[in-house]
Amino acid sequence: MDESILKARGLTKAYGALKATDTLSLEIRTGEIHAIIGPNGAGKTTAIGQLSGELTSDEGTIYFAGRDITRLPVHKRACLGLARSFQITSILLNFTAEDNVAMAVQARDGHSFKFWKSARTDRKLRVPAREVLKEVGLADRADIVADRLSHGEQRQLELAMALATRPALLLLDEPMAGMGPASSRKMVDLLQTLKGRLTILMVEHDMDAVFTLADRITVLVYGRAIATDTPENIHTDPAVRKAYLGENG
Amino acid sequence: MNRFQLTLKTCILIAALVILIGLPPVASALEATFYIGLFSRILIYALAAVSLDLILGYGGMVSFGHAAFFGAGAYVVGILAFHGIEGSAVISWPFVIMGTDNALISWSVAAVASAGLAFVIGAISLRTSGVYFIMITLAFAQMMYFFFTSLEFYGGDDGLSLFTRSRLGHMDLSNDAAFYYTCLGLLIGFLLFSRRLVNSRFGMVIRGCKENERRMGALGFPTYRYKLVCFVIAGAGAGLAGALMANQTEFVSPSLLHWTVSGDILVMVILGGVGTLVGPVFGATVFLLLEEFLSRYTEHWMLFLGPILIFVVLFARRGLYGSFVERKADNG
Repeated sequence: MDESILKARGLTKAYGALKATDTLSLEIRTGEIHAIIGPNGAGKTTAIGQLSGELTSDEGTIYFAGRDITRLPVHKRACLGLARSFQITSILLNFTAEDNVAMAVQARDGHSFKFWKSARTDRKLRVPAREVLKEVGLADRADIVADRLSHGEQRQLELAMALATRPALLLLDEPMAGMGPASSRKMVDLLQTLKGRLTILMVEHDMDAVFTLADRITVLVYGRAIATDTPENIHTDPAVRKAYLGENG
Repeated sequence: MNRFQLTLKTCILIAALVILIGLPPVASALEATFYIGLFSRILIYALAAVSLDLILGYGGMVSFGHAAFFGAGAYVVGILAFHGIEGSAVISWPFVIMGTDNALISWSVAAVASAGLAFVIGAISLRTSGVYFIMITLAFAQMMYFFFTSLEFYGGDDGLSLFTRSRLGHMDLSNDAAFYYTCLGLLIGFLLFSRRLVNSRFGMVIRGCKENERRMGALGFPTYRYKLVCFVIAGAGAGLAGALMANQTEFVSPSLLHWTVSGDILVMVILGGVGTLVGPVFGATVFLLLEEFLSRYTEHWMLFLGPILIFVVLFARRGLYGSFVERKADNG
């Protein structure tokens, strides 16, 4: 069995003359937390979009669990076990926290052309949903409508929805976005508990979080991966220092 | 608080049910049988409005072409009845379809035909969203309007009169009270069905799509398919309402498909409460009663409806019914 769960080769996405990602190659090993870092506009979110299927790549191929998914639409990739969270919180605001997660559980539980039995009392959905809420620390907020949750709690819910689909690979787009130090800390702890159990590819600006969590880091500059290595080596890589600190740094 | 709302909701529903069930005998006793016909019309429009709210209020699909399904359902009954009287075939190739005035057949065919029409219109329209969706559904409905206008054989512009109402078992639908109760039964049946529907797994997906379609896709739901099925179900409901409308007036004409009918149904939903099941029934009732009584004084009765609608949209955004029962109403 191949030890890498996702292999992307030569991914390119251009907006006019601007290449947001430029022949980007990535390999995510099963069980690792892999972080993508890079200056603003390096194409990190674009890369996540291409991997999740919301953006179609101009060139390149993506293999996921040994299968070519380059042309698959978002929902099919999701069904194969490729879940994502969004940089800007994307939840169902008028649903309760539990309804949100139950929806994610429902997504992996076969088709939903079931018109009769109530989904709100379906134990097959509700029990796993409660478990995931407990896992992310929202158990006592289950019945709160999502738009009344705090920003930090909404971020936790966002993660809970991705987790509830039992993904083989979790794409996290800036899980710490807009969080204060306290809730950031909480999120890092939470992700720490997932380490080893789940394969995660995350984009994040918070360097403390990245260097705490990541097994390997890819540095993206102008859509190109200039280095992929362990946190220690990335820290001392001259090319990376140059990209971050300026041409002569 | 919850208990209070629940009781209030139950009270409103029971009161409405008692009034609707008691209406025909009371109206007959007071020799105001006219009201039986008026309320039959209200029940029929309510059915159409509830079906529209399935896609509008729960699915977030603002369709401005619901009259197409309403009118198509009416025409199916009209055309089948026309051939039924003549004893001729509607189609004689590749297979023969004879006309009929049997309600079980013609109303079912009306619902199925409207569902089929909704499938075609929905499959194309649902590729768009927002304002484009509104415009494309309107455009399709107008196409249907002109299609029936040009059907010279079935009266074209002038429409088609039914010789009699449909036959439904041993019931005599030409009796206004019997017809009224048939409409009431079908409306309640459709409401109960819709209530199961919006709380089912399917319903939750549809409501999720209204909330955040992008998220639903990322979770793994092929949202287009779910929305299309919902659109088809709504089309079938409107088709059934149309079949009843043809019987109510014993007359079908292209005016049933006019865009203003789509607008009227839309207003009924908004007036009563978008995203509630019972709301559109109240909306249809208020709308048609206002029309009935205001138009006795002036033909410009819309002048009075306008401010009421603006008031509701500004101050009771969840509609007349929705504002009373709050979020509880969402689940039917």
